[in-house]
Amino acid sequence: MEYAPRMTGIEATTGFLALALPFIAAALAPILTRLLKQHACWPLALAPALAFLFFLQALPTVADGNVLLFGFDWIPSFDVRFSFRIDGLSSTFALLITGIGTLIVLYSGGYLAGHKDQGRFFSFILMFMGAMLGLVVSDDLITLFVYWELTSITSFLLIGFDHHREAARRGAIQALVITGGGGLALLAGLIVIRELLGLSSMSDVLAAGDALRDSAFYVPILILVLAGAFTKSAQMPFHVWLPNAMEAPTPVSAYLHSATMVKAGVYLLLRFHPALGDTALWTTILPLFGSVTLVVGALLAIRASDIKITLAYTTVASLGLLVMLIGVGTEAAITGAVLYLIAHSLFKGGLFMVAGSIDHGAHTREIDHLGGLGRAMPITFTAAMLCALSMGGITPFVGFLAKEEIYAALEQGDPWHIALMVAAIAGNALMFAAAFVVALKPFVGRMPETIHHPHEGAPTIWLGPLTLGVLGLLGALFYGAYHDYFSSPMASAALGEPVAIEIGWVPHLNLAFMLSLLTIALGIMLYVFATRLRSGIANLLAAIGWGPDKGFDQAMRGLLRGAFAITGFLQSGRLDIYMTVTVILIIAALFGPMVYMDAFPAMPDFPTLAFYEWTVLGLVILGIFAVVIAKNRLTAIVSLGIQGFAVALIFMLLGAPDLSFTQFMVETLSVVILALVMTRLRLSAADHRPLRESLPDAVLAIAGGAGFGLFLLAVTQRPFDASLSDFFERYSYTIAHGRNIVNVILVDFRGIDTMGEIAVVMTAGLAILALIRVRVGRKGERYPDPTEQTP
Amino acid sequence: MRTVIFRFTIPYLTTLMVLFSIFVLLRGHNEPGGGFIGGLIAASAFAIYGIACGVAPVRRALYFHPMAIAASGLMMAVLSGVASLFVDAKFLTGLWAFPAILGGDVGLSTPLFFDIGVYLVVVGAISSIALALEERESD
Repeated sequence: MEYAPRMTGIEATTGFLALALPFIAAALAPILTRLLKQHACWPLALAPALAFLFFLQALPTVADGNVLLFGFDWIPSFDVRFSFRIDGLSSTFALLITGIGTLIVLYSGGYLAGHKDQGRFFSFILMFMGAMLGLVVSDDLITLFVYWELTSITSFLLIGFDHHREAARRGAIQALVITGGGGLALLAGLIVIRELLGLSSMSDVLAAGDALRDSAFYVPILILVLAGAFTKSAQMPFHVWLPNAMEAPTPVSAYLHSATMVKAGVYLLLRFHPALGDTALWTTILPLFGSVTLVVGALLAIRASDIKITLAYTTVASLGLLVMLIGVGTEAAITGAVLYLIAHSLFKGGLFMVAGSIDHGAHTREIDHLGGLGRAMPITFTAAMLCALSMGGITPFVGFLAKEEIYAALEQGDPWHIALMVAAIAGNALMFAAAFVVALKPFVGRMPETIHHPHEGAPTIWLGPLTLGVLGLLGALFYGAYHDYFSSPMASAALGEPVAIEIGWVPHLNLAFMLSLLTIALGIMLYVFATRLRSGIANLLAAIGWGPDKGFDQAMRGLLRGAFAITGFLQSGRLDIYMTVTVILIIAALFGPMVYMDAFPAMPDFPTLAFYEWTVLGLVILGIFAVVIAKNRLTAIVSLGIQGFAVALIFMLLGAPDLSFTQFMVETLSVVILALVMTRLRLSAADHRPLRESLPDAVLAIAGGAGFGLFLLAVTQRPFDASLSDFFERYSYTIAHGRNIVNVILVDFRGIDTMGEIAVVMTAGLAILALIRVRVGRKGERYPDPTEQTP
Repeated sequence: MRTVIFRFTIPYLTTLMVLFSIFVLLRGHNEPGGGFIGGLIAASAFAIYGIACGVAPVRRALYFHPMAIAASGLMMAVLSGVASLFVDAKFLTGLWAFPAILGGDVGLSTPLFFDIGVYLVVVGAISSIALALEERESD
């Protein structure tokens, strides 16, 4: 593969612009929607459309096997770049994301017309688009992770779009927890690759050959990367979030859950395949997870009665199929995966939009309540059939090319591959049935009386599915160009070596074709018995009773209980306990090092003091004495001031007027504020406690004082390094124009420290204000038990 | 506490203290003083005014919420640091100008505005705490 030089100048600028366009549109979306209502979809769709054109003009270069690189240094001290790589794999993904994205924006314009939050919706989905686009073209590993997380967060926002419904909130949190958890694992894996192997970008990883496979960290890296990919791409048992994400409006499902978000994990596996693949571990784990996901997902798809949920489960199954093929990892398997991935993006995106159109036109998605819509919605029916024929793997659609290639890839004949082949045939047959349940059943037969006035949607609504359906047909008819520009470059990038895919739409009489026919026959049979099959699977699931979805709830409840128990233990809510713990820690911090390193200060000689110095010292001691013997609290607080003022006097005598000045003011204010607080607390005027309660406090107080005293002695007995004070003295006036060194240090030399400090003062003030205003609730109830509420 | 004498003298005392605090703030660069000390003096002035005459008159006199004053101070301090970025110096680099005003050189500088920011934060934060405490007391 030939490496083009890094793009610079105008080319790179266009590249950055293409990646930023969706975000720019996201920022403009709310305003545009307020001005243009649902017609805002037209200008907004320009953003992904322009990005699509950018990737389209780069396509010929990329299809020739070149790689486009551009970016800039982001955090040079950590060798982190903000860099991108457009090769066959990322280019096809980017075209799918921006192309389907354009249709989705238009579709959302019609689907959510009149929704009060349509502007917010546009904004979210465009943000997601930008994140997903960045993800597939990222070169630097940290850049990749940032975009990866952005897709998780934006998909959380999209799934929870109808946030007033609890099911939507639950679906959003579930998706975030599962994909976010996987994201953390991925981060760990990427950091291992970066820090231990010194490879900071995808280009490095791909150029490193066997470095990853041979390294001692291969197993942890593989497991961490797979954790990220499997959670994102909804492999068993992490698939639960995907069907629950159907709470989102249909355009979200059509976009995130067909072509983009869920394919992120598959993208990652394809991307890492040349560097991590073809080991015993890889060819075992991936097909295992993939085939189980395929079969179970397809069964659950038949089980669902809501056509959107059916589609969600077929997506789970399709992702399983892809993971399985990537795991097998041969040239034929990877080309099969690539062909299926593109085909799936087209037909599944289309079918989701069809499901939305049905919902829009007939106001239900329950398969038992649907029928006979074909006459009222002919365009939607056509689009649905185009997509379903592709999904069913019937020639001449792109789905057919994929299925032929998949069967050809699995026909090795050893038991392992036969098992995978059986899984593939079973899964495909079930998905065939599911495709026609969604795309055929609602349109034929008798129309139930529950449907009133079914109608075709606006052009924006049928444009998307129809376009995707037709593309699925064109791709197969013009398979030469299709392979040259899309599938071959993509497969070459995923294999790490050039391949040319040749499969066409004209069937040849070979094993793969026979298996295709078998699949279709099985599929038709399953379609006929779909209703009976559904109740059978439902009974089976009811008999099992437990599933990962329930497991998720149990885990979340356990987490809340654990957090509550720990918080209850650490936060007793009693001020005296907090104070005691804090003081004990301070004492330990003071005495610990001195005891451990045997660094007690030497007893200093007692200085000879002048008369006035004795007086001040006497004042200090008098003040302390007054505090201890004070009969009531207010006297004690005021007496604290005596000692404070005496210390201020000492500062003054030692020639530190600034310090002394501040000490006076702080002392005054703290006495005032303490007095105000004490009066507010409505305590009894005097502190009557038995000796056994006050004695430990006295011990702690004395230990704290002794600790600080010893610490100060130890510090002053060390040789004094005067270089800093010399510096300040020398430059305070000459460069900072100030003779008061203390002030110059505060506002100039160490201004940024002061800035932090005043921010702390301000924050502390806000916190105290909030504490003063807080109303104390019922007695005995510290804070509500979170486990008692529905999450 | 609210004796007639106290209530009568405190407004004058408060005025003097606030004036003094500004004096302390401005002389701070060369003589003992500065924004922090000045702020503490002003805060105690407002606190004592609140004790003597009630919180409502203090709030009226301050016009802005004390926390808003603190926030504006923080903003001012940060902006005085940002200023140096425009002349291609690092964040918080001191910039100085010595215009001749009324016949004498007056040192105007970004550290001065920084110090005023410190003053406002301290005044705002401390007096909002003190005033809030005094308010509850009178309930």
